[in-house]
Amino acid sequence: MAATAKTKQQVEDMSGDYKYGFSTDVDMDMAPKGLSEDVIRFISAKKDEPSWMLDWRLKAYRAWLKMEEPNWAKLNYPKIDYNDIYFYAAPKSQNKPKSLDEVDPEILRMYEKLGIPLREQEVLAGVEGAAKVAVDAVFDSVSVATTFREELSKAGVIFMSISEAVKEYPDLVKKYLGTVVPQRDNYFAALNCAVYTDGTFVYIPKGVRCPMELSTYFRINTENTGQFERTLIIAEEGSYVSYLEGCTAPMRDENQLHAAVVELITLENAEIKYSTVQNWYPGDKDGKGGIYNFVTKRALLKGDNSKVSWTQVETGSAVTWKYPSCILAGDNSVGEFYSVAVTNNYQQADTGTKMIHMGKNTSSTIISKGISAGKSHNTYRGLVKVLSGADNVRNYTQCDSLLVSSTSGAHTVPYIEVRNPSAQIEHEATTSKISDDQLFYCRARGLDEEEAVAMIVNGFCKEVMQHLPMEFAVEAQKLLGISLEGSVG
Amino acid sequence: MLKIKDLHVQVGGTEIIKGLTLEIKPGETHAIMGLNGAGKSTLANTIAGRDDYTVTEGTITYQGKNLLDFEPHERVGEGIFLGFQYPVEIPGVSNLNFMRTALNGVRKYNGLEAMTAADFMKLVRAKAKALDMNPDMLKRFVNVGFSGGEKKRNEMLQMALLDPKLAVLDETDSGLDIDALRIVSEGINAQRRDDTSILLITHYQRLLDYVQPDFVHIMIDGKIVKSGGKELAIELEEKGYASVV
Ligand SMILES: Nc1ncnc2c1ncn2[C@@H]1O[C@H](COP(=O)(O)OP(=O)(O)OP(=O)(O)O)[C@@H](O)[C@H]1O
Ligand SMILES: [Mg+2]
Repeated sequence: MAATAKTKQQVEDMSGDYKYGFSTDVDMDMAPKGLSEDVIRFISAKKDEPSWMLDWRLKAYRAWLKMEEPNWAKLNYPKIDYNDIYFYAAPKSQNKPKSLDEVDPEILRMYEKLGIPLREQEVLAGVEGAAKVAVDAVFDSVSVATTFREELSKAGVIFMSISEAVKEYPDLVKKYLGTVVPQRDNYFAALNCAVYTDGTFVYIPKGVRCPMELSTYFRINTENTGQFERTLIIAEEGSYVSYLEGCTAPMRDENQLHAAVVELITLENAEIKYSTVQNWYPGDKDGKGGIYNFVTKRALLKGDNSKVSWTQVETGSAVTWKYPSCILAGDNSVGEFYSVAVTNNYQQADTGTKMIHMGKNTSSTIISKGISAGKSHNTYRGLVKVLSGADNVRNYTQCDSLLVSSTSGAHTVPYIEVRNPSAQIEHEATTSKISDDQLFYCRARGLDEEEAVAMIVNGFCKEVMQHLPMEFAVEAQKLLGISLEGSVG
Repeated sequence: MLKIKDLHVQVGGTEIIKGLTLEIKPGETHAIMGLNGAGKSTLANTIAGRDDYTVTEGTITYQGKNLLDFEPHERVGEGIFLGFQYPVEIPGVSNLNFMRTALNGVRKYNGLEAMTAADFMKLVRAKAKALDMNPDMLKRFVNVGFSGGEKKRNEMLQMALLDPKLAVLDETDSGLDIDALRIVSEGINAQRRDDTSILLITHYQRLLDYVQPDFVHIMIDGKIVKSGGKELAIELEEKGYASVV
């Protein structure tokens, strides 16, 4: 049996009760352009949601209407016309590539370098008719999906799309949704609450160490899930989970605006490790096109002795606005943020973290590596805040910027607010230009210019990359090199 | 092997090499000596193809090919190795990873398959041992925190791994203690074969006691002003540059 037929068979065998968020039905209706209460009702009805969910969305929408788009970031982009956006399933484009021959050769070269099989390339590039294969391709590369599912349910881990969780575990969702990132937290978060299309729900029961790394890659089903994604992860007392988000290959996406919300909750002695590789379309060499990525990611370390570690490798998107943060409420809790942000051509990234220390003896570590090439701008923006009741807080922050070109910009904007004199806060920052001596040394050892840049940049990012899970780390290393191609100058 | 004819090189708009001619045949070892700032490193960098070292006149022919047509990394593939006067630190990149990438790059250039991690480890351990290098240095970041002598030894390790046809060694003997000088010299001698050539840049006769050159050249102000056998180096050591040239 051909591989595709075989996986189809497998999907069918799983019948309708397959719990982990796969869907073989890719035909979708669409809502008209723009946002209104009706559109939100439509989305909610389409998803067959309970009424509390609809009410929650509408409440967020009404709040959003009164809010202003933030403008404090060092970002420059044309005003977004929210009435010109499809919030639920954009129409199928007429000019989808018919085959890989019609796909931007630059993108194909990237796939090749990343070693992505042809069939998956078609899916990623959005070749007509390949969407159907998406499910198969994902299943094929993960035919293990079944074993996967069995192992997870044995451990009592819930890993499903958030839409399903709303129906199957409404109490859990109600209890936690919007508790870490309140609806009115910021403009984009409110928007996401109103219109989120789908996302992931993870629940790790008390004392369980999740038997495998959970990855969204296994859950791609339609073209639009990335747009207004919503993730909720709850780690009960003494549990542990490592979650991987994203994928190194650039995916075709017709939606320019992305506004995701991620909420993490750790109870006593629990730990969540959240790793992201973000490689959305960055726009072309002249800065045309590309995704606007406005993300709110926050963890509430509710229990004592709990730990959250954010690791991100951000190479994509035309505009990135993203500050994965930790609210360290439990005593002795530990927050970590390890970040690599690469910008090339005309990309702009304003990213960093917030560490809010509320509990006693809480500690946080921030390691940020910004690499700017081309005419791009790369800003680290971070807040370390120590509340008055938080005794013996420690924070260590290290922000390093590497300029690959002389026409790019690196900026560091650290905010420190300390209301307890026992806090120990350390901040180190460096900015350097990639050195000609290093480049020549590598080239004199047989590396071409691009390999030399990749090697030096990977070295520069080492302290962050080593926090990525193995399977991500190797790809992410390649990705750094590819993102910086043709960038020396 | 290498034929340099009437070479003129500018760096940052200033002419540093001003009409240099030199021929090195297979199997030969040449030494270049000269005052600080004479242009010795400039010559070495030009052979390796450093950007911004502009050849304004003259030719460099390597194994019958116009060397100037090749990119720096291609020259390495063609068998040229430059041992740096000041080896560069690359934080975050392990020495092993660096050397393996280099070796496999050269192999690929020559149509050979990449060496497996296991084979590479065997090879690099053996070569490091021959140079009496602490194996820990293989795991450290490239040259980061290495002492001056350790950096030079690390250059020799890379040469041994890449097994070049033409090795240009820029003051590889500077900063070495007596024992290290002997060990490094043995490494250089091991690289001397009928089909390989070596260009040593040095300030000291001492190295030449261990690595006996076929020819010694004295370079002053961007030109070779005097050439001879190894006795020229001895004469230089005794009398100094002023009275020799
Ligand atoms: N970028 C540059 N711009 C202008 N002059 C330069 C530049 N780089 C090197 N030089 C000059 O070129 C001359 C030759 O330098 P080079 O390093 O080749 O000397 P050297 O013979 O190797 O000296 P040493 O024995 O001290 O190593 C020096 O006067 C140096 O200052
Ligand atoms: Mg020199």
